[in-house]
Amino acid sequence: MGPDLAKLFRGNAPLAAGLSILGLLALAALILPMLVDQSLAQVGAVAPRRPPSAMHWFGTDAQGRDVLTVMALAMPQTLKIGLVAGLISLTVGVTLGLIAGFMGGWIDAAIRTASDVMMTIPSVAILVLVAANVRSMTVDLMAVIVAGLSWMVATRAIRAQTLSVRERGYVQVARLSGLGGLRLVFIEVLPNLLPYIAASFVIAVGQAMLATIGLEALGLGPQTELTLGMTIFWAQFYGAIIRGMWWWWGPPIVALALIFVGLLLTSAGMDRVANKRLGGL
Amino acid sequence: MSAPILEIENLSVRYRTPKGPAFAVDSIGFNLMPRERFGLVGESGSGKSTTVLALMRMIRPPGEIAAQHMRLDGRDILALSAEELRRTRFARMSLVPQGAMSSLNPVLTIGAQFADLFAAHAQKSDTTRIAKLLARVGLPAQVANRFPHELSGGMKQRVCIALAIALTPAVILADEPTSALDVVVQKQVLATLGRVQQEIGAAIILIGHDMALMAHFVDRIGVMYAGRLVETGPVRSVFAAPKHPYTKMLIGALPSLTARRAFQGIPGVPPSLTDRPPGCPFQTRCPAAQERCRIEAPALRAIGAAHETACHFAEAA
Amino acid sequence: MYLDYVIRRFSITLLVFVLAVSINFALPRLTPGDPVEQQLNQLISTSSGSIGDVKAIVESYRARFGLDQPVWRQYLDYWGMVLRLDLGFSLANYPERVGESIAAAMPWTLGLLGMATLLSFAVGTLMGGMLAWPRVPRWIGWFAAPFLVLSAIPYFLIGVVLLFVGAIVYRIFPAGGGFPFDMTPGFDAATILGIAWHATLPALSIILAQIGAWAIGMRGMIVSVLGEDYIMLAEAKGLSQRRIFLWYAVRNALLPQLTKLALTLGHLVSGAILVEVIFSYPGMGYRLYQAIQSKDFFVIQGIVLILSMSIALTMFILDLIYPLIDPRITNKRS
Repeated sequence: MGPDLAKLFRGNAPLAAGLSILGLLALAALILPMLVDQSLAQVGAVAPRRPPSAMHWFGTDAQGRDVLTVMALAMPQTLKIGLVAGLISLTVGVTLGLIAGFMGGWIDAAIRTASDVMMTIPSVAILVLVAANVRSMTVDLMAVIVAGLSWMVATRAIRAQTLSVRERGYVQVARLSGLGGLRLVFIEVLPNLLPYIAASFVIAVGQAMLATIGLEALGLGPQTELTLGMTIFWAQFYGAIIRGMWWWWGPPIVALALIFVGLLLTSAGMDRVANKRLGGL
Repeated sequence: MSAPILEIENLSVRYRTPKGPAFAVDSIGFNLMPRERFGLVGESGSGKSTTVLALMRMIRPPGEIAAQHMRLDGRDILALSAEELRRTRFARMSLVPQGAMSSLNPVLTIGAQFADLFAAHAQKSDTTRIAKLLARVGLPAQVANRFPHELSGGMKQRVCIALAIALTPAVILADEPTSALDVVVQKQVLATLGRVQQEIGAAIILIGHDMALMAHFVDRIGVMYAGRLVETGPVRSVFAAPKHPYTKMLIGALPSLTARRAFQGIPGVPPSLTDRPPGCPFQTRCPAAQERCRIEAPALRAIGAAHETACHFAEAA
Repeated sequence: MYLDYVIRRFSITLLVFVLAVSINFALPRLTPGDPVEQQLNQLISTSSGSIGDVKAIVESYRARFGLDQPVWRQYLDYWGMVLRLDLGFSLANYPERVGESIAAAMPWTLGLLGMATLLSFAVGTLMGGMLAWPRVPRWIGWFAAPFLVLSAIPYFLIGVVLLFVGAIVYRIFPAGGGFPFDMTPGFDAATILGIAWHATLPALSIILAQIGAWAIGMRGMIVSVLGEDYIMLAEAKGLSQRRIFLWYAVRNALLPQLTKLALTLGHLVSGAILVEVIFSYPGMGYRLYQAIQSKDFFVIQGIVLILSMSIALTMFILDLIYPLIDPRITNKRS
């Protein structure tokens, strides 16, 4: 595994760069909350609207919170939504994709139609409706809602791959030798789909995060919890952009931009692994 | 006898690979007389198609062409500027491609694909001229208004032939022009190609792997193996008395000269192009290989009237 | 063949419609408690006296939900209202009708999104094509790199930065709105200029983010097209590089690129909605934001319904057009 992995990264700069960015961000999200004084993220803990200083490196917001502390606590929450939503949507997507690709017939037709329909409906629209009807939004609920609307990409990709794997010789042989449906899927088909599943996961995480911060920007996010998207929402809500308080909305934007660029690079790198024909980003 | 229209000397095509250079074509040379029909045969990967691409100077990086000379009408193709090269293509030397099914632009009509050929060579294009060309390959004039996907494979191949003769070139390169077609259509298309080639007085290099089909069409034949020309000579002489063991195996694989049947393959695989052993490239598959074959690579040498071969033991046969 | 295809696309569009209406119907009823009570309580506690005629609202609510009726009856009534395009009243701006409110906002969104998408499609597609062309100067790659990075970032984040730089630090562009507030809109040069002036930053946020996405898509398409036999024959024919690039490579890569437009439409609209929020741009997105802030439930429902429908319809139309402009597609898709 070791040398294989090294070989994978050499000559695949996007994958290496993307994973490094995401890794560093994840590390920061794990370590920073332990280093900061969490009470500084309480409303009114510090003097409001102060630009960055030696005391408050990232300044303070309009509600009297230390922006650095807010960032340190918001990062893990945002990454958590992305990962949880990505995992849920991947699980749903891969399961449906495998079923559709392997069973065929009317089951396939039904799943395909459902995913076509879901792709046609703008996910933000449904998210808005659901979120507007939920009494109090939490980070976990958010992840579930977002996941429910982003499983289609994985379903499509896995279905197509399953169809092609199914026709390959070794699967046919396994089938003839009497291997049953489910076991066949887990032993012969699934391992061959791993690269595509990994690629779908990255895409699913990206879509989930995009939907999440979209909801948050509209004011439908978790009002009482700290996330990067909610930080931007509050900054915009209190007119921080017009008032030139760049230290408030700047850090969460930079953090989100890094996350999205990291995800893009990673998925471009994975594409390259999966499809050698298309060199470079 | 007049001067050759095409003179190739020491032509190599090399690909840079992480494992070192790979020679897809290795120091081959031959001449082509005006109006002559020359056939190049060999297994896939033997370098036939690469040779054709090299003659058109269409090898893409990481491939490189090197040659002592590669003269068309006495001018070295390798010395032409990009613009001269562009004007030479199809005007002096044209190509009937291998994948006729997919060689026409799917979003342009057939007529438009004639028109842009004429425009590129500063010639006037009109419907009568295109209709005449289509008629020569046995297609109705309305084909000009059709899109490629509306035509059958045989019709598309005829369109490609019509394109190839449109500017009356001196040389036509035909790269397995019938490989994608069924047997009956194959024969008709090849007959058409032969007829129009004679009408415009062009020489032709026909690439193929079907020895029997080839034998009926060409005057002279060249056999390629692992990027090298291993035997060349008049088609009768080569078929009657093949000198290279590989040629013998190719001909031996045919049930008879008259039965048309695709070459079935012979045991073993050609050597890797990157890691070539010293000596004769055919040594690993040759039934008559000896000590000398593993040390010294045989050069192409005259063995009879216009008959050459690259085997140390050609006389023994 | 084409007919089968049309029928399939049409039934999907129909399904989307049914689903969107049903979700709109079901969601408020799935939330526990009497929706009327709940909505009104929320409304009264959150907005300060700007509710208008409370009694009239209560009545419209009752009529709308028809809660004394059986559920199937309510569902059918709801369909009736939707088909009559009767989307109810705005709660925050009673007695403004939701339909009117959306009709006023729609042109702004269409204009902004349409212009921005058209521009970025043209620039991005050209850029992607050039990136894939083997004989292109190196600097184009360097020039394109920042756009490729920007394409990963959500539009409205770019919008925040643009707003800050273009309207706050340097006061070149207005900080919000669709046209100068002291201007009476008319069909004259000043109005058009004013509108364009206000649309520049929001449009730029979308364009900057989209260019890279189109470029990446086009680059991939061209790379695969360059391996095609017809490109080789075109080169052998002695056509100029320009001709091969535009009429053989780009022309063939463009059609798949156009289908991508249909597939990403929902994404584009969602992105544009958020940009409007940042720039207080008077389109559907900003209206939605206002409605969410004031818990103006009927407006939220109405906008969501109209958005889903117009996206589904546009995709359907694009799907219909596509086979007509690509001579190959009718046989291939069957």
